[in-house]
Amino acid sequence: MPASPAAIAVDRLVKRYKTATAVDGVSFELPRGSITGLLGGNGAGKTTTIAMIMGLVTPTSGTVSVLGAKMPEQRYDVLQRMNFESPYVDLPMRLTVRQNLSVFAQLYAVEDIAGRIAEIAADLELIDLLDRPTGKLSAGQKTRVSLAKALLNRPDVLLLDEPTASLDPDTADWVRGRLEHFRATNNATVLLASHNMMEVERLCERVIIMKRGRIEDDDTPERLLERYGRDTLEDVFLDVARGRGHAAEAGR
Amino acid sequence: MTSASLTRIGAMVRRYWYLLRSSWPRILDLIYWPTVQMLMWGFLQTYVASNAGFFARAGGVFIGSVLLWDILFRGQLGFSISFLEEMYARNLGNIMISPLRPVEFVASLMIMSLVRLSIGMVPVTFLAIFFFGFNLWALGFALAAFFVNLILTSWSIGIFVSGVLLRNGMGAESLAWTIMFLFLPLTCVYYPVAVLPLWLQYVAWALPPTYVFEGMRALLIDHVFRADLMLEAFAFNAVLFAAASIAFSLLLRSAREQGSLLQMGE
Repeated sequence: MPASPAAIAVDRLVKRYKTATAVDGVSFELPRGSITGLLGGNGAGKTTTIAMIMGLVTPTSGTVSVLGAKMPEQRYDVLQRMNFESPYVDLPMRLTVRQNLSVFAQLYAVEDIAGRIAEIAADLELIDLLDRPTGKLSAGQKTRVSLAKALLNRPDVLLLDEPTASLDPDTADWVRGRLEHFRATNNATVLLASHNMMEVERLCERVIIMKRGRIEDDDTPERLLERYGRDTLEDVFLDVARGRGHAAEAGR
Repeated sequence: MTSASLTRIGAMVRRYWYLLRSSWPRILDLIYWPTVQMLMWGFLQTYVASNAGFFARAGGVFIGSVLLWDILFRGQLGFSISFLEEMYARNLGNIMISPLRPVEFVASLMIMSLVRLSIGMVPVTFLAIFFFGFNLWALGFALAAFFVNLILTSWSIGIFVSGVLLRNGMGAESLAWTIMFLFLPLTCVYYPVAVLPLWLQYVAWALPPTYVFEGMRALLIDHVFRADLMLEAFAFNAVLFAAASIAFSLLLRSAREQGSLLQMGE
């Protein structure tokens, strides 16, 4: 496998379905150890882009490589070093938290499964929940369990699709803290799709804004705020979504 | 990096086993219908045998038919239900982005079909001995030949149905529950192939279970083990299994192209 400086490299990526173009010529590279936010409204193409990075969706054209492996063709070379978390994908409800984590630990060939589950349960405050059925947990507890599953294998590449959707502010803030901690201690590359501007502003050192399948802007949060003349990323997002462009261009 | 991993297959089997043992209605359901079917056909046979000379000689043919049919039907259902559990649980996305390869996924579903079949059918075979004196196990080697051929067919159908579900989602769920009933009249479970119109006999002989049910009748009525029928069934099964595997691969590829493997909220 050739060495690549980028953990994720996306080049002129296109995904067309029968009646719609979900992703239209997207290119970006994410360096190892970086944390990047993928912003965009519904239908912007964020999820499809992440799905192509994971090898779940085959691109119509263009290329995706993850840790040097071409996706989806070489996905089994790298899936063990990746993971994913989304509130839209559940873990089996009838299995206990411990059972779910042990199954996924085995799938990801985690060494010392019992030890790793104990470690991550302590880290994510799941110890008291380990022997409870996953379906009996609250939304916040389920999110923590999903996060535990996503971090079990200490992934080099972590993909997150709206990881704090439907969480109360306190739990969401706690989850963000754990993600920051994981990224800092494991030098993982994190790509985070979100609608939550505060989350992106807090976590991400780079923001890619998508609209109708294309990248509308791509910069650090600070430079985006400066260029759009805005105080918050939410205002930047609204400018992009409503086609108002940069402050300079808009004559503001 | 391309070989199948017993560890990953074991992980999936463990996942399904945890699910099965977490719910006693699931286990009861495995035994309930085979028992009801066996009792109904057993008593019917008892009644008919007391009134007709042929059926008196053909001892156990109905019970044998229903037990072998249940191996075919429950084998496929066991495979497909385990697959459906992932869709019910919305866990397919987690599975498909894990290092689990499709061949390992399918292997775990095959193992679970055997587990579920064993839980459902083994007690029923003993009930058949208790109620009607029909001992399926006494068929010995013939039973092994019947079983291998029937389970291969059930897996082939299960693999195909799983591919359709991957491609088309829950809209195709009913196929998992009903597809095997198409085999019920065509594979001549309860009557000889000769009963069918000639043109339909060609269809019947293209289906591996037909050979098994004909072979069972030859054994129970004429006391002859037809090895030739079992070999022909095996050959047809090899073709069916290969065709189902190819169809699964094509449907999985199509699912990746259509983006139907993961519904992530967009």
